[in-house]
Amino acid sequence: MVIGERKPFDEIMKMLEGVKKIAVLGCGGCVTVCLTGGQDEVRVLSSQLRMARDKEGNPIEIIEKTLERQCDPEYVELAEGMASDVEVILSMACGAGVQFMAERYKDVPIYPALNTTFVGGSKKEGYYVERCQTCGECKLYFTGGICPIARCSKSLLNGPCGGSTKGKCEIDPEVDCAWQLILDRLKSLNQMDRYTDIMPINDWRTNRDGGPRKMIREDFQR
Amino acid sequence: MSDEFKSGSNLERVLKSGTFAVTGECGPPRGADAEVIRTKCKLLKDKADAFNITDNQTSVVRMSSISSAVIMIQEGMEPVMQMVCRDRNRIAIQSDILGGAALGVKNMLCLSGDHQRFGDHPQAKNVFDLDSIQLINTVKIMRDEGKFLSGEEIKGAPKLFIGAAANPFADPFEIRAPRLGKKVAAGVDFVQTQCIFNLKKFEDWMKQVVDMGLHEKVYILGGVTPFKSFGMARYMANNVPGMDVPDELLQRMKSTPKEKQAEEGITIAVETIKRLQEIKGIAGVHIMAIEWEEKVGEIAEKAGLLPRPTL
Repeated sequence: MVIGERKPFDEIMKMLEGVKKIAVLGCGGCVTVCLTGGQDEVRVLSSQLRMARDKEGNPIEIIEKTLERQCDPEYVELAEGMASDVEVILSMACGAGVQFMAERYKDVPIYPALNTTFVGGSKKEGYYVERCQTCGECKLYFTGGICPIARCSKSLLNGPCGGSTKGKCEIDPEVDCAWQLILDRLKSLNQMDRYTDIMPINDWRTNRDGGPRKMIREDFQR
Repeated sequence: MSDEFKSGSNLERVLKSGTFAVTGECGPPRGADAEVIRTKCKLLKDKADAFNITDNQTSVVRMSSISSAVIMIQEGMEPVMQMVCRDRNRIAIQSDILGGAALGVKNMLCLSGDHQRFGDHPQAKNVFDLDSIQLINTVKIMRDEGKFLSGEEIKGAPKLFIGAAANPFADPFEIRAPRLGKKVAAGVDFVQTQCIFNLKKFEDWMKQVVDMGLHEKVYILGGVTPFKSFGMARYMANNVPGMDVPDELLQRMKSTPKEKQAEEGITIAVETIKRLQEIKGIAGVHIMAIEWEEKVGEIAEKAGLLPRPTL
């Protein structure tokens, strides 16, 4: 899933300077699962904003709403009535959701309440880790199901570098060396020959380097 | 290894002749003053066969390795131009290879590069379009096939003697010799190792290297760094990733009176070189006297490696 983190409160307050009526709009997708942009977080952020603005003697009116998903026109449509009623929509979706909202509602500014951080999963409740860089050409077959692009600090395809120490990365003793993990797993799977072969120079066109990407299911186009 | 010269660099000639080679290192300055390089060059001249010019080492911005290499050439010495993958994509890398070769550079060392986390610009975006093994192969394709990575023909292929680093002391140990094997398969001509303090471990690694027959396909230069002080030894033991400084060496430096520690550091370096000369498959030594260039000559002299041959 897409992981997001709420922006610092002061930054959000600054975006809302001079604004009297807003909607705080949650998303029922990934950011609900990672506990940063769902219904509960909408309620918390709205209360914080009201309290802070009341304290300044500059109250703010807030509509609270959460859509099923903000990255899907079908659900984005459901914000229509609300959108014309507020000065700003503060979206608690990921960057994709914020942009889908902005594309649909041209006359109202959509501000992000989150920093979209990475594609990953939860190790346990409230603990999220990065696993995919969406490079567009999955290499996990070769690397024991552990991604060197997302998890090696240098994205080395023929690692590990000389900084791997006791299973940890040179940049931080808290960070696992991805190549140590890869090698341990290739060994246990009896696939060490996949290490011996040189991984060729990557074609980054499938990554963001090829420009913004799209995926089209032709059978669904009419 | 074939009889033909890859680049005909002095380093290549020395290694090919079977003479125990010596390389040194010269870090470019944090400024545009060419005199800093020239001064270092005067300290190093004739003390080794070629000298690495580092490429923004530890991710701290310095004068570029290409321009520093050219200044060294002007001083009548031979540089080994280092190039890291951290700061350039394949377009800039190939362009700089052509530029370096056009300016007279004949040796190039291919490195991944330290992560920018350690440097003075940790906010920077890193590149790593290629990794060190792919960089080795890129130079080889350009040199031997006369082609760019795109497959298009190069008009005037760069003649470079291709180097790389090898760190026998990083983990996991069991793939360190196979990793050198990958560099050999990619086309490397010589490697310089990480600073050797743990000779026992180094010998274990070299045994694997020799068992794999790699020493017959690549010239291996053992890395040697003299301790300036106990403080430096302790720092390297505790703070430099992938560095292995055994306790006995630390104790030896610690028990030496402060004013004699530098001398002891030199003695250890000389002893290390003498041990290296006994190890099968070692073709030379790479002396990295970090910001202590004036000592390279002394170490080489005491190890009986001077004068350097003229070939």
